Amino acid sequence: MSGRTHLGMPAFPEAATSATRDARLRRNLRHATGTIRAKRAEAVAELPDWAELRAAGAAIKDRTLRHLDHYLEQLEEAVTAAGGTVHWAADAAEANRIVTELVRATGETEVVKVKSMATQEIGLNAALEKAGIRAYETDLAELIVQLGDDLPSHILVPAIHRNREEIRDVFRGRMSRWGRPAPEGLTDDPAELAEAARLHLREKFLRAKVGVSGANFMVAETGTLVVVESEGNGRMCLTLPETLISVVGIEKVVPTWRDLEVFLQLLPRSSTAERMNPYTSMWTGTTDSETADGPRDFHLVLLDNGRTDALADTVGRQALRCIRCSACLNVCPVYERAGGHAYGSAYPGPIGAILTPQLRGTTTELDASLPYASSLCGACYEVCPVAIDIPQVLVYLRERVAEGGEVTVRGQRTTIRPARGHAAERAAMRAARWALDHPGALRAGQRLAARTRRLHPRRLPGPGRAWTASRDLPAVPAESFRDWWRRTRDDRAEGDRR
Amino acid sequence: MSSRETVLGRVRRALADVPRTEGPDDVPVPRRYEHTHMPTEGPGATGAPVDLLAENLIDYRAVVHRADADGLPTLLCRLLAERGSTEVLVPPGLPPWWLAAADPVRIHDRAASTPDELDTVDSVVTGCAVAIAETGTIVLDGSPDQGRRRITLIPDHHVCVVRVPGQVVASVPEALERLDPSRPLTWISGPSATSDIELSRVEGVHGPRTLEVVLLTE
Ligand code: SF4
Repeated sequence: MSGRTHLGMPAFPEAATSATRDARLRRNLRHATGTIRAKRAEAVAELPDWAELRAAGAAIKDRTLRHLDHYLEQLEEAVTAAGGTVHWAADAAEANRIVTELVRATGETEVVKVKSMATQEIGLNAALEKAGIRAYETDLAELIVQLGDDLPSHILVPAIHRNREEIRDVFRGRMSRWGRPAPEGLTDDPAELAEAARLHLREKFLRAKVGVSGANFMVAETGTLVVVESEGNGRMCLTLPETLISVVGIEKVVPTWRDLEVFLQLLPRSSTAERMNPYTSMWTGTTDSETADGPRDFHLVLLDNGRTDALADTVGRQALRCIRCSACLNVCPVYERAGGHAYGSAYPGPIGAILTPQLRGTTTELDASLPYASSLCGACYEVCPVAIDIPQVLVYLRERVAEGGEVTVRGQRTTIRPARGHAAERAAMRAARWALDHPGALRAGQRLAARTRRLHPRRLPGPGRAWTASRDLPAVPAESFRDWWRRTRDDRAEGDRR
Repeated sequence: MSSRETVLGRVRRALADVPRTEGPDDVPVPRRYEHTHMPTEGPGATGAPVDLLAENLIDYRAVVHRADADGLPTLLCRLLAERGSTEVLVPPGLPPWWLAAADPVRIHDRAASTPDELDTVDSVVTGCAVAIAETGTIVLDGSPDQGRRRITLIPDHHVCVVRVPGQVVASVPEALERLDPSRPLTWISGPSATSDIELSRVEGVHGPRTLEVVLLTE
């Protein structure tokens, strides 16, 4: 039941076209992204030093990435000293194997899960299912997705493509197969739906012996893991089970405890547009049995799965700064039209368009088409709390798809051939055309990016020229972050804080 | 080769462009952001952190009360009575006088207590480690007056006593300075909430659906 994966997805343009035809999906998405967008702007405007926080956030991540080996070793030492066990997984299969074995060792056949992009990325639920272990998603949206045998479509609100009537139907029809059935006469009132989920999941929390989570941050200096959430299901999974297994991408490490002061301000405002999310849990290893507070066994699985390949690319590396806030999805005119599923991975929207092709390579039609799933309007860069220049990376990856070049695949340097004339290029071209053929999408994006300047050439220089010669490149708002930062700071100096 | 060596080896090869002489601290991190957004002294003073804390807690739908030492026992008694609680979870180091006037049966959290047993308790009363005015956040660190993380999670009604002004800081950076990372920490900003259904905010999915904060004047 939880076996759906993104494997075998059609290339972006096909998936996007069918999503665009789905009027209800588009309505749901437009409403949702529009709402979050406006709220986020307000939450960000409350902090006069947003640009400085953003600069610090980007710099901390850059420091971490440039010395990732150092920080990973430091983290391992700190977690181990605090009573945790650290495992290393080079790829998805290895991570799944490690988690499966750890669960087996407990003798349990059920685990409760906190929403985690990393476990979605590696298809952990399906792998556990194969081993006879059932993984229960406990985040409300993930529950909706799991019960509906569906795939998440948004980083933060994975069931954003479903409206309340659909959710009621999923609960009524499916809850009983997974445990406590939906209450009689359940309506589509959101409070009632949430209550149904509370009751359904509580029975799982109270008996669960094993919890599986991801983490938003790992502090190298102290060995502390941080999970940021809203509902309390995270707290349940991190606190009640006897064994906790956290699967975390290696890029999630931050150097010091103090660094959290930057990210705990950037993340909630960027993602849920709140001053602070309802719950944040931090734990360091295990506590001894006298004071036992939380799991007695803690396992941290450090996941590579293509991250070191992205790290090896000096342009694409910045994608690893991402703190998964989803702000870039909510401002993206292409995401708003195409929906999250069209991106064919756990990471939809602009971040997915640059991250997925780096994690998985560009050998499939889908992955090769992703860098073209953008109008390059630049809104994603404007809102990104860690200043990832997504348009820059998109253009760069396009060039690589079209022209081929040096890449790192599973740690090995290889040269990929140009996709010209290849199915991948055709898929890519269709995706580009799809993005450009939606003037509504373009306009919305351009409005958002009104402040940015056109510094980017209309034709790519160097080897990209051949590709762009016959195709006009949409303007990239390429004001450098430093310029932008200096300008906003100067504005402030003149007393204008907005 | 172990996977540890594989991954670390890949990381090192990936970073071939980083000069060997560069240390982690050589990568500059500009920290020009504010340490706090609410100056409490000087010309830009914006009032007391305690008032901002109260305002932000209310904004996030927590219920805020104020009391002094004389009024606290009766206030807590009233809050539990209004809730109709017959049992209240009590952390081991909660000052006994806080609940001197309260009727409900005290339930103590023992290591052997199962989550199911705790699930039948109506309310929990705790202290806190620190409260953050700018974000309306209270932080628990598992000290004896707060107890294990699970006791503030399972009951549906959480009453948290914040000693003011001593436990209140203005900002997130100030809070982190005071906290000990080796303790299990829970940051709470308002009651449990979700916006997963058409983005309409619904209080209370798994954590306590009612959060009452008592600002206790020291
Ligand atoms: S790329 Fe930036 S805006 Fe997008 S999810 Fe990541 S951190 Fe957020």
